[in-house]
Amino acid sequence: MFPFGFEWIWDMSHLVFMGGLWYALTIIGLGMTYCVIKAVVDTLQGKGAHHH
Amino acid sequence: MDSALFPKGVKRCPTWQFLLWIGAVGIVLLWGVYAMLLCWLKGLNQTNMNDYYGFALWIWADLAVIALGGGAFFTGFLRYLVGKDELKNIINFAVLIGFICYSSALLILAIDIGQPLRGWFIFWHANVHSMLTEVAFCLTCYFGVLTIEYLPLILENRQIDKVPFFHNLSHNMHEIMAVFAATGAFLSFFHQGSLGGVAGVLFGRPFAFREGIFIWPWTFFLFTWSAAAFGPCFTIFLLKITEKITGKKLVRDSTVWLLAKISGWMILTYIIAKTIDTIYWLTVTAPSAGYGVGFFYDNWFYNIGWLVAEIVVGGFIPALILITKKGRQNPTALFVAVLLGVIGVSINRWVMVLQVMAVPVMPFDTWALYYPSWQEVATTILPVAYGIILVSLSYRYLPVFPNEVELNAAPEPEPLPEADEDVPAEAAAAQA
Repeated sequence: MFPFGFEWIWDMSHLVFMGGLWYALTIIGLGMTYCVIKAVVDTLQGKGAHHH
Repeated sequence: MDSALFPKGVKRCPTWQFLLWIGAVGIVLLWGVYAMLLCWLKGLNQTNMNDYYGFALWIWADLAVIALGGGAFFTGFLRYLVGKDELKNIINFAVLIGFICYSSALLILAIDIGQPLRGWFIFWHANVHSMLTEVAFCLTCYFGVLTIEYLPLILENRQIDKVPFFHNLSHNMHEIMAVFAATGAFLSFFHQGSLGGVAGVLFGRPFAFREGIFIWPWTFFLFTWSAAAFGPCFTIFLLKITEKITGKKLVRDSTVWLLAKISGWMILTYIIAKTIDTIYWLTVTAPSAGYGVGFFYDNWFYNIGWLVAEIVVGGFIPALILITKKGRQNPTALFVAVLLGVIGVSINRWVMVLQVMAVPVMPFDTWALYYPSWQEVATTILPVAYGIILVSLSYRYLPVFPNEVELNAAPEPEPLPEADEDVPAEAAAAQA
């Protein structure tokens, strides 16, 4: 549910519940995005190719 | 045939033997899947639930696996946030068990909602006044975290790791794993607590209702505490079974003892708090609602034995074994303690889900004893079969136990003492 949805109400319950969900999803999403982008850059720079 | 996929330096059983094992467990899995499909295609009339008794056996299984899977978040918390570096030797296995437990919990919920195609409603049309909404949010997010924690292990498979991108991705994920572990601990605190909170706020069910602080009943804190305390017991319990089946030592004793010691102290403090909570509930909360001490245990099935089994046998006894050095370092005592701990927390979840429903609440009510249908039993056993298969596959193909090679290396023959330059070679050989 987002604030532009018809069910949304600007009250503490919605802010805490949905805010907590977005907060957690943002951390997980940003963390994984960082890992994937850095892995692409590292691979393009030839890292990890000769570790065996 | 598949030896190229094994972790470096380890030995595994022949492929035919492995396939036979997977096939045997797979039959049980298929039985559960068949029952699951019946529930989805024909509806929840396949269960013995009714309007009076709305929690099936699998809801107990759901709460139990979530508590037992707590070993993942608590071990991760200790390893990455507290800095108990020794636990790096068992963290992979704890994550694997947590992943199995939480995926099982979500599967059970998917069966329980009856119409899984509408599962997304809880996120989009969220009821923000329900603790179960918080549980659904946190469970899903935490399962995402566990997947992220399990993924590097898959990427470290000998063949996958040869691909530079996967090698780099795994390396990068390890680097920021503390962020994911912290998020996981945060999410776990709330969903474990809210599961307890659901029971504690049921003011129409005097067996479950508890006072608390602000909006949180005491059960909120007790559930989180017990998951952190007993989760590691389940990890150690399954580790010992895996070691027995494989005939190998997989984790150093010092690591297991450290986790057992922490778990023991957590259990002891939890069970003291739980005892105080129970005494207060029996002597103040329940009497204020008009119920005597013996009322809740006045049944041939739900008798006082459940309380004794939960608090004494499954609480104080494992705690006292695990906090003593002699107790946790004795292999038999350790196994008994972790087994009792697993049983203890499972009993706690049982009574807080199923006994709550069984206790009469109206003057004209009688005890509602519920018998699960075979479909409920099959879908409750389904996660067990799934878990065995995933542990077997992970053990065979992934480096779950970083010390396995070193712990199972054949002892080298004792070398001859170095020959003294002043002593002739024959004399040195005679000394040896």
